[in-house]
Amino acid sequence: MICDRAGTVVHGYFDNELDAAGAAAFERHLEQCSECVDALDDLESLRSSISLAQLYERAPAPLRKKILASLGPEHPLAALPSRTVWRWLAVAAAFLLIAYASWRVTPVARSSSYESVLAAEIVDAHLRSMQPGHLTDVISTDQHTVKPWFDGKLDFSPPVQDFGDQGFPLQGGRIDVVHGRSVAALVYVRRKHFVNVFIWPVDEQDRAPSSGSQQGYQWLEWRKGGMEFCAISDAAPSALEQLQSLLTSN
Amino acid sequence: MNSPVAEEGCNVLDSQEQARFETLVLPHLDAAYNLARWLLHGGADAEDAAQEAMLRAYRFFNGFRGGDVRAWLLQIVRNTCFTWMQKNRHGKDTDEFDEEVHGLPSPTPEALAIAADSRGRLTRALESLPSRSREIIVLRELEGCSYKEIAIITSIPIGTVMSTLSRARRQLQLALTGPANKESIHDL
Repeated sequence: MICDRAGTVVHGYFDNELDAAGAAAFERHLEQCSECVDALDDLESLRSSISLAQLYERAPAPLRKKILASLGPEHPLAALPSRTVWRWLAVAAAFLLIAYASWRVTPVARSSSYESVLAAEIVDAHLRSMQPGHLTDVISTDQHTVKPWFDGKLDFSPPVQDFGDQGFPLQGGRIDVVHGRSVAALVYVRRKHFVNVFIWPVDEQDRAPSSGSQQGYQWLEWRKGGMEFCAISDAAPSALEQLQSLLTSN
Repeated sequence: MNSPVAEEGCNVLDSQEQARFETLVLPHLDAAYNLARWLLHGGADAEDAAQEAMLRAYRFFNGFRGGDVRAWLLQIVRNTCFTWMQKNRHGKDTDEFDEEVHGLPSPTPEALAIAADSRGRLTRALESLPSRSREIIVLRELEGCSYKEIAIITSIPIGTVMSTLSRARRQLQLALTGPANKESIHDL
C-alpha cells in the first residue's frame, strides 16, 4: 500500500509550491496518511542534513579576478579557459571571425535571448561536427542501420530516412548536445555541402518552418509530430527547404 | 537593433552595458560556480566551465531582455557544463542510477541522519547521482530555486519539476544509506 502522494505532492507541499487550496487539501490528507507524514519527515531530515553539510561552494577569488580581467572593453574573450583543448580554440577563433564578419554585414535579429542562444548553439554544434572525425558516430546510407543505432542512446526515437533519390543521400548519424540535452543529429549531403539535422522531442504544437542565418550558415527550424527539427548547412536556403519538405512529407 | 553595439556583435559591450552586466550578472558568479562545481565534480573543469559560461553570458547580454537574471545565467552555465561533459565523456558520469547498487529500499530517518552526518558522506552521495538528478538537487537545495526557475534553467516542463525532484531526492536518500555508505554506518 503505497500512497502515490508520498512520492509527488508531498514534495510540492514541502517546497511551498502548492497553491493555497492544494496545500489545504494536502494538510487534510496528512491527518490520515502516516506514509505522507513519514515522507515529510524524511524530506525535512534530508534538507537539514544538506544544510548542515554546507555543500555550497563559492567561486574561488582567483576565478573572480580572472573573469573580471577578461571582461574589460579591450579583449573580453582573450582569456579563454587555459585547459580548453586546442581544437576548441581554433573553432572558437574561426567562429568569432565569421560571427564578427557576418554581424557587420547583417545584424542578426535576435528576438529573444533563448533563440539567439539556441541558434548560436546550433551553429557551434554544426562547426564541431565539421571537425575531422566528428561528423558521424554511425556511418551508413541505410536508414535501417542508422535508426536502430539510436535505440537506447536517446530517450526518443528520431525519424530517419534516406533521400538519396531526391538528391539528399543520408551519410549517417550521431548524438549531439543542444541546449543541454542529448539530441539526434542526422547528416545528409547536398552537392558536397553537409547538412546537419538536429532532432529532439518537444511538448509544443507543430510549427511552420522559420529560417535564419548566422555566421554564414543557414538554418531552418520547425516542429512536427512532437519533434523539433533544426537543419543547418552552408548550402543554399532553398536546399534546406527541399529537405524540410522531404522530411515532413511522411 | 542597428546600434553600433548590435552591429559589432556582443563581443564588446559599451561602458553602460558593461556596468549593467557587472551589476546584474557578476553577483551571481557564486551560483554559476557552485552549479558548475557539482555538475563537473569540481576542480579546474568547473572553474573553466564557469568562466566559459560567464563569457557566453557576456556575449549574449545584449539579447537579455530582463527578468530573472540568475535563471538566465544558470541556464547558460548548465548548457555549458552538459556540452563539456559530452565532449570530455566523463567516465564517472552517468545518466543512470542503479538502485540495486545503492541498496536499501526505504531508509529510516535515523539511518538518514547518521549517514548524512558528515559532509564527506553527503558529498559522495550527491556526486554518485546521475547528473540530471544532481543538478536539480543543487538548484533546489543549495541555490533555493523555485520550481519555475528550475523549469527555465533545465528546460524541462514546469509540470514535471516535482516528479523529477522527487526521483532525485529518493536517489539521494538511497545513496546515503546504500552500500557505499553502509560500511561506515556499521562502523559506528
